[in-house]
Amino acid sequence: MAEYITRRVLQALLVLTVMTLLVFFGVNVIGNPVYIFASSECDQACLTAIIKDLGLDQPIWRQYLTFVGNMLQGDMGKSFTHGVPALHLIFERLPATLELAFAALVLALVIGLPMGVYAGLRPEGIGAKLIMSFSMVAFSLPVFWIGIIMILTFSVQLGWMPSVGRGDTVDLGFVETSLLTLDGLHHLAMPAFTLSLIMMAMVIRLARAGMREVMFTDYIKFARANGVTERRVLGVHALKNILIPIVTVLGMEFGGVIAFAVVIESIFSWPGVGKMLIDAIAVLDRPLIVAYLICVVFMFVTLNLLVDILYSLLDPRIRLGGGRA
Amino acid sequence: MTAVLELRGLQTSFVTPAATIHALRDLSLTVQRGEILGLVGESGSGKSLTGFSINRLISPPGRVTEGEVRLHGQNILALSEPEMRGLRGRKIAMISQDPMMTLNPVLRIGTQIRDALLAHEKLDKAEVRRRAIAALDEVGIPAPEDRLSAYPHQLSGGMRQRVAIAIALLHQPDLIIADEPTTALDVTIQGQILALVQRLCRDRGTALIWISHDLAVVAGLADRVAVMYAGRIVEEGPVDDILDAPAHPYTQGLIASVPVPGQRGGRLQQIPGRMPLLTDLPPGCAFAPRCPRATEACATMPALTPVNSTRAVRCVHPLIKGAEA
Repeated sequence: MAEYITRRVLQALLVLTVMTLLVFFGVNVIGNPVYIFASSECDQACLTAIIKDLGLDQPIWRQYLTFVGNMLQGDMGKSFTHGVPALHLIFERLPATLELAFAALVLALVIGLPMGVYAGLRPEGIGAKLIMSFSMVAFSLPVFWIGIIMILTFSVQLGWMPSVGRGDTVDLGFVETSLLTLDGLHHLAMPAFTLSLIMMAMVIRLARAGMREVMFTDYIKFARANGVTERRVLGVHALKNILIPIVTVLGMEFGGVIAFAVVIESIFSWPGVGKMLIDAIAVLDRPLIVAYLICVVFMFVTLNLLVDILYSLLDPRIRLGGGRA
Repeated sequence: MTAVLELRGLQTSFVTPAATIHALRDLSLTVQRGEILGLVGESGSGKSLTGFSINRLISPPGRVTEGEVRLHGQNILALSEPEMRGLRGRKIAMISQDPMMTLNPVLRIGTQIRDALLAHEKLDKAEVRRRAIAALDEVGIPAPEDRLSAYPHQLSGGMRQRVAIAIALLHQPDLIIADEPTTALDVTIQGQILALVQRLCRDRGTALIWISHDLAVVAGLADRVAVMYAGRIVEEGPVDDILDAPAHPYTQGLIASVPVPGQRGGRLQQIPGRMPLLTDLPPGCAFAPRCPRATEACATMPALTPVNSTRAVRCVHPLIKGAEA
């Protein structure tokens, strides 16, 4: 187990290194940030001074090394527009995004899993057909469109839901969360549900497919032949087997959800990192963009690592290197 | 004394909108306490389905459409599903074909034994553990304490089958249905498992239905044998009598196709043709198209007719005098 994790961590570090290269050089290709700082009457001397000040006169490989050196010390540079460290900005906004993504994940599982299991158990029933149609619609309709329609219906027409913002938060000391206030949850419901739809559709499909496969296996028949109660057969013997692919896909998808949050946050004016990124791109705030991208990459890599570890806990055959006795 | 199990005119059918297929027809069997009945036939003859019909675990669209399954004289087909669950594992246990598939790959051996125990008894943790260890010990598994925390893939095929047998024996059932439990094992392990099952059933007076396509195994194990062909019993009686002097041409064909030691190089006999599909059965005796003795009279289905006080055969032209249908 220790060796397995070490190997995975080393792989993760390699991926991180390659990604810093791509992100850094990629962002340096677009636009010239000097003009953000230069006023209209800035002459050539003034421009040169700004370039020197930002370190842009250095060869690009030296800029990269400086960047990596600073990064290792936890310094991702200052935001051009806000004048504060980029990481600081990100960490200030990140809890809101994570909260949204986490709520979406929970919704996807809590709603999607029972629906998928049900559809897998009675694949011919009318309920299963409705569920499968729902999953197809949820998967194919563009998220931004669903978000707008939800605002139109529930906020504008019916007036049940707030359309924008985060609502009241509670300060837990290390993080602020809106999960603990009624108003916060009220604000969270629509964006989180919209964001969860794609994951939910996937959970439904995976759970259904898994259930249909697993219910015909000998070990389920054997459990039933031993008189194990139907609840336990479904809830433990079958469920634990179908969770393996679901955990994998959700883990991978969770990073994607945070990325997708950019769209949702813009629609529902959710004050998270996604909205911040859009604003940063609009004004070419290089350090902020780079810092955000590196953070996202870091998050993806960490998530994949966690999935691998969780996966090995769920499936004992992987933990032991797949050896057969 | 009433028989442990009595099947009366059992008919199991697969009912779909397109067609109704009768997979088992007019199936009557009796198994006494402590008796071992060998149920023999080719693949697709309905022998496994007979087992699942008894404990009512046929996958839809299959179901028992006619007849009775009597356990100690009580027709268990009339029981509700919860009542039936209460019998499975407690009164009727099952050991199935492939030991690689009968245990749940993601649950520990101890968990699977515990579930089977708690399905019928209220026990505390220590008691569960004690019973589980005792059960594993009884089927000859070394270091049973350590095996409890093992996963199935960490055990060999023979060990897994022992675990399955241990689980089947947990509640001292009155009847065990063993569906080719040694087919997937190598010969030495096969011998051990056979001896084990034989000993355990003898010790406890458990009735056993041993489903197999292997006449040699049945010959060494069973008291009585029932030969199945295309969903019907074609011959039934004490195993030695039938092997010495088969009454049905099909039984004779089966016996003749078993290789005999000391006759090297001799041409093995085989039954020409193959079993007809259940969707396409001839009107009379299903074996007639392959039978060397078939005449026009075979176009009507003969009844299962007693040969003497212990034997019966379903044939128009039996190989034993005085058994004509």
